[in-house]
Amino acid sequence: MNPHIILRVVGKFLIPLIATFALYVQFHGEVGAGGGFQAGVIFASAVILYALLFGLDAAKRAVPPSWVRIGMTLGVLFYGGTGVVTWLLGENYLSYDILGPVAYKGQHYGIIAVELGVLFAVASVMIGIYYAFGSRQPDLDDEDW
Amino acid sequence: MTFILDVIFLAMLVVVAISIVRLRSLFAIVMLQGVYSLISAAWFVSLDAVDVAFTEAAVGAGVSTVLMLSAMLLADRRSAPVPASRQLAPLFVVVIVGIVMLWAVPDLPAYASPDSPVNTGVGADYIDTTWKDAKIPNIVTVVLASYRGYDTFGEVVVVFSAGLGVLLLLGLNGNAGRWRATPTGRQLYPKAAPSARVSARTQPETGSGRTKATALETRRTRVIGGGS
Repeated sequence: MNPHIILRVVGKFLIPLIATFALYVQFHGEVGAGGGFQAGVIFASAVILYALLFGLDAAKRAVPPSWVRIGMTLGVLFYGGTGVVTWLLGENYLSYDILGPVAYKGQHYGIIAVELGVLFAVASVMIGIYYAFGSRQPDLDDEDW
Repeated sequence: MTFILDVIFLAMLVVVAISIVRLRSLFAIVMLQGVYSLISAAWFVSLDAVDVAFTEAAVGAGVSTVLMLSAMLLADRRSAPVPASRQLAPLFVVVIVGIVMLWAVPDLPAYASPDSPVNTGVGADYIDTTWKDAKIPNIVTVVLASYRGYDTFGEVVVVFSAGLGVLLLLGLNGNAGRWRATPTGRQLYPKAAPSARVSARTQPETGSGRTKATALETRRTRVIGGGS
């Protein structure tokens, strides 16, 4: 009998909720508290909770390390790319007004794009740092703590 | 009412901070740091700084606690006691800094004062222009993503380079058991890091004899040498 059975059952129930909450924070950030950074950290904590409860190998099969590398790069490129797009459209770097038919719509689109970049970068980096530290040693037995 | 809450939260922060200083068990210290962040988050809510509280709860109490725990896998479980002679210089620095900060307190504006620089300068401009420019209710989001888009881009690049640095130094998959540590005579290293088992499973051609041997080990290797 696994001593972590209660943690795992509760975790299986909670992890999808945490990931969904991260998306809520992401896409509701312009109305309520939070934004891309908080959403990225919350999503990363869902993956890290999975890694803590079911082991690093299982987490690496669910979220492969290559996604982490791609995700953190994509995030920065997405943010910077939004600036380049506004640049190419003839505005200043990261001036979102040009992105929409009306200036405030452009602000909406620009902020959503930029926050997506933040989400990808932060979530991938947090997961990546956990993978990097956690992969150095095998999982400890309980009495070792 | 909120004043009483603030005092209670600050008193709890002081208690937690003192116990962190006095503890030697790193596991308990990491847990108490999470408690400290959580109390700070509650305090920020009582100060009406919801965005800051949210970040503190997610980053301080959540992820950084876990990252500290995973870093503890590579370190010892207890910190060595510091002799009193080496505590004098830090004590001196802390006393000086504390005096300087207390000295600056009378110059701070009162809490929520409408005459404070925050509420009269650029902050008031943001409150006026945000709705006209972006029609987004959360002013913090607009300030971070639009008015200060360069700053936030810089922060994302900082986060990215932090991740890049860790990945370059430690590697995303560990080092397949090549790295070893024996803090205070206790051998913590296994025959191979868990990532070696993953790579041996997914890429059989790269598995040397050693990684194949560890792939067969289903039970976790636990080596404790000497008496600690």
